[in-house]
Amino acid sequence: MKYLTTIGLETHVQLKTATKMFCSCSLKFGEEPNTNICPVCLGYPGALPLANREAIKLTVLSGLMLGCTINKHSTFDRKNYFYPDMAKDYQITQNTHPLCLGGGVTIQTPNGPKLIRINHIHLEEDAAKINHYGQFSGVDYNRGGTPLMEIVSEPDLSSQDEAMAYLQALKQILVYTGVSDCNLEEGNMRSDVNVSIRPEGQTTLGTKVEIKNMNTFKGIYAAATYEIARQTYALTHGKVLVQETRRWDPDANETQSMRSKENAHDYRYFPEPDLVPIALSDEQIAEWRSSLPELPSARRIRMMEEYGIPEYDAGVLADARENADFFEATARLCDKQLGKIVSNWFMVEVMRLLSETGKAIGACALTPAALAELVTLADQRVINGPTAKELLPELFEKGGMPKTLVEARGLGQVSDTTALEAFVQQAIASNPKSVEDYKAGKKAAAGYFVGQVMKLSKGKADPKLVGELVARALEQ
Amino acid sequence: MNIENLTICTAAEGLRKRAFSSVELTQGILDAIQQKDGPINAYLTVDAEGALKQAAAADAARSAGLDNDLLGIPIAIKDIINVEGQPCTCASKMLEGYVSPYDATVAARLRSAGAVFAGRTNMDEFAMGSSTENSAFKQTCNPHDLSRVPGGSSGGSAAAVAAGTALAALGTDTGGSIRQPASFCGCVGLKPSYGRVSRYGVTAYASSLDQVGPMTKTVEDAAILLQALAGVDAHDGTTSPVEVPDYRAALAGGLKGLRIGLPKEYFIEGTDPEVMVHIRKAIDDCAKAGAEIVDISLPHTEYATAVYYIIATAEASANLARFDGVRYGHRTAAPESVFDLYAKSRAEGFGTEVKRRIILGTYVLSSGYYDAYYGRAQKARTLIRQDFTNAFKQCDVLLTPVAPTAAYKRGEATDDPLKMYLGDIFTVPANLGGLCALSVPCGMTHDRLPVGLQILGPAFGETMLLRVGAAYERLRV
Repeated sequence: MKYLTTIGLETHVQLKTATKMFCSCSLKFGEEPNTNICPVCLGYPGALPLANREAIKLTVLSGLMLGCTINKHSTFDRKNYFYPDMAKDYQITQNTHPLCLGGGVTIQTPNGPKLIRINHIHLEEDAAKINHYGQFSGVDYNRGGTPLMEIVSEPDLSSQDEAMAYLQALKQILVYTGVSDCNLEEGNMRSDVNVSIRPEGQTTLGTKVEIKNMNTFKGIYAAATYEIARQTYALTHGKVLVQETRRWDPDANETQSMRSKENAHDYRYFPEPDLVPIALSDEQIAEWRSSLPELPSARRIRMMEEYGIPEYDAGVLADARENADFFEATARLCDKQLGKIVSNWFMVEVMRLLSETGKAIGACALTPAALAELVTLADQRVINGPTAKELLPELFEKGGMPKTLVEARGLGQVSDTTALEAFVQQAIASNPKSVEDYKAGKKAAAGYFVGQVMKLSKGKADPKLVGELVARALEQ
Repeated sequence: MNIENLTICTAAEGLRKRAFSSVELTQGILDAIQQKDGPINAYLTVDAEGALKQAAAADAARSAGLDNDLLGIPIAIKDIINVEGQPCTCASKMLEGYVSPYDATVAARLRSAGAVFAGRTNMDEFAMGSSTENSAFKQTCNPHDLSRVPGGSSGGSAAAVAAGTALAALGTDTGGSIRQPASFCGCVGLKPSYGRVSRYGVTAYASSLDQVGPMTKTVEDAAILLQALAGVDAHDGTTSPVEVPDYRAALAGGLKGLRIGLPKEYFIEGTDPEVMVHIRKAIDDCAKAGAEIVDISLPHTEYATAVYYIIATAEASANLARFDGVRYGHRTAAPESVFDLYAKSRAEGFGTEVKRRIILGTYVLSSGYYDAYYGRAQKARTLIRQDFTNAFKQCDVLLTPVAPTAAYKRGEATDDPLKMYLGDIFTVPANLGGLCALSVPCGMTHDRLPVGLQILGPAFGETMLLRVGAAYERLRV
């Protein structure tokens, strides 16, 4: 019998705020344990939470990017459970009135585009980090209280490949919007994966298994793959699946049972009395909406039209917001016809330097103005191509403007016919053998003379002009 | 300087006239505590050295030309309000030895006004109780009759003010914890409107009900203290941006032309007839002074106590979860696991009443029971609030008893929690409605026990409350 897979994801995304969700402690990653803490995030008696406005804004921006309805009146709730990673022994989250409802992400599948619906997005605080040291464990409350946005999908994913496509698309949108770094190594994006299978033809969903808290896409893929196989094996062997929570063990390469539905926590949610409801006005939402960046798909199409670049180029450039921003800033400073040439420069030369140095475009010294000037100088044949390519690494490394370098070092292309003709005559005079070859019909010998003239000009001659002059001289 | 009879007002006058210094005044209070607190047990801890240091600083500030109503005035503080470097036990073994790392906003405001922290007063553990008998450390006695309770939960603050071992004190009120002990001990107690005074740094019992307020000898002193405490706080999102008026300016207003409502649900069988005599007399006095008396109905009053004990315990069950032995407070000696650590630390650290309320609150929030208890209680709370909104369309303030009885004997109510809960019947509705309420002394029983009159005002109607309270106080002199 054939089984159909259903997957839903609950994705926790760390928001890019300077401070924690309910206090003003710093969120710098990698600090000494328990240094970014205060009475609020340590749950001291009498301490009260205050909601981080920036976190609310970033969640709303995400909701707008994902086509959600923004709840103009949303509230916080307490989720009660005892564990040392939660200082107050309750988590402040949004249970009944989350900030965003509905929406979705379109992914590409072999059968064409598919909409993965989003149930809701809510805002909450992260737990602290527990480190185990053999006989004892330590709690690092630096992470406790980090703003987390939880994006809950509908069970619309029908394979682990679709789950990957969904997460990639989500990550791109969130990084693009500047909502999160989505740095997986730092645990910026963690997912709970709900997996069930059912026989083909059955409409009701099968028994759901939740796999908790995975922070790599690879792990999610492997866990889902394992779980689908485990469930399929169980059903084909006449076993009954139980609704349960499991964990992924990457070393054993398997999922393991944590607790069944009967042992599920009763979180005793109730409205958080320490925080007033979040009230958002239409004006506020409209203002935030107007600050949204263009989505990569829309930007690709616009860039093709605006700069006359091919779909492939537009796709590569639009993929990362920083690169697309840099390209557009450069192209706008150049002559309108140069769009494709700027794109070539960025995609070949600049991206090669980026990959060699491992830097992001924002971290290097090259400016759009410098690149635009370089492309323009080459286009106007003030300098030749090889010279331009030689200058780029220096601009990338140290900054500055190419014109200044060209003038200071006398790199300007020699287009003075009289000077070049002297070089041509010199080259012909010193290579009578090649002249004979040419006259005997070996036209390729002309290239040899061009090379000689370039050498004599120390590389500064305009190669196109030299070619013309050499041809003319040899014909005489 | 007669310490016993000094108020904030008269002490401030003495300091201004240089009749005595703050150091002398503070030393006077410390001496009074030394001599008189033995049998009363109003205080849990007194930091004499720290208080005298603050007093010396206040004297220096005064010499430098500074002045305000609280500069150099010693104030006693309920042991639930955090003061940096001082204990804050909430009268619980759970927090024995705990030293607070920060100032509550109310403490910070008193500090910046130059007030002196006289000492920390006893209370029912985590403010749960109405007699201060639930303290894990001491039994506070009513200064009017040592065999009787001072009321609670702010019983230590009330007893200190009544005994003259404090000029004034801070209390907290979640269901009557300022007003009822004020009534039992014969002092003035003001519960401000919800959101009027910051709760930051006040160990939470029930977050949607708790308020800090003054406990004083006179209504004017209550106005002075409230002035210093009130106002929006960046650390407490539930504080209100409503402007803080000049409370003292309201005191001279008088009763003429005011409409005083008598809610019939508060004048019922079961209240001690002797208490009723004094309440009736107070109402007559107000009428004679020109107030118009209006009959009012608050039809949902009968649900208030039940609603209160559901909402307050539900919130408490979460608020007290943090006392788990992990980061601070009592930790059991040799736990076998994390959950054993929780279970034993909490079993050892909390007293019976606290456990009872945590269990009750946990139950009313649990899956399958939430709608029947917590959900319905929230709906009923809305109806109670609407009752008050309607009532204040017909009158300026309401007059009622504070409690059905005067102070009872120690040990009398401890065996029957339900009976104790019913003693809160007249005070809890103000907390549920977010109103302000004032308790002022209105007479003494034949046993020489004080009786308190409750004045209820609309949310942020403190000026009206203080005006009526001060006018009534003048009638009694």
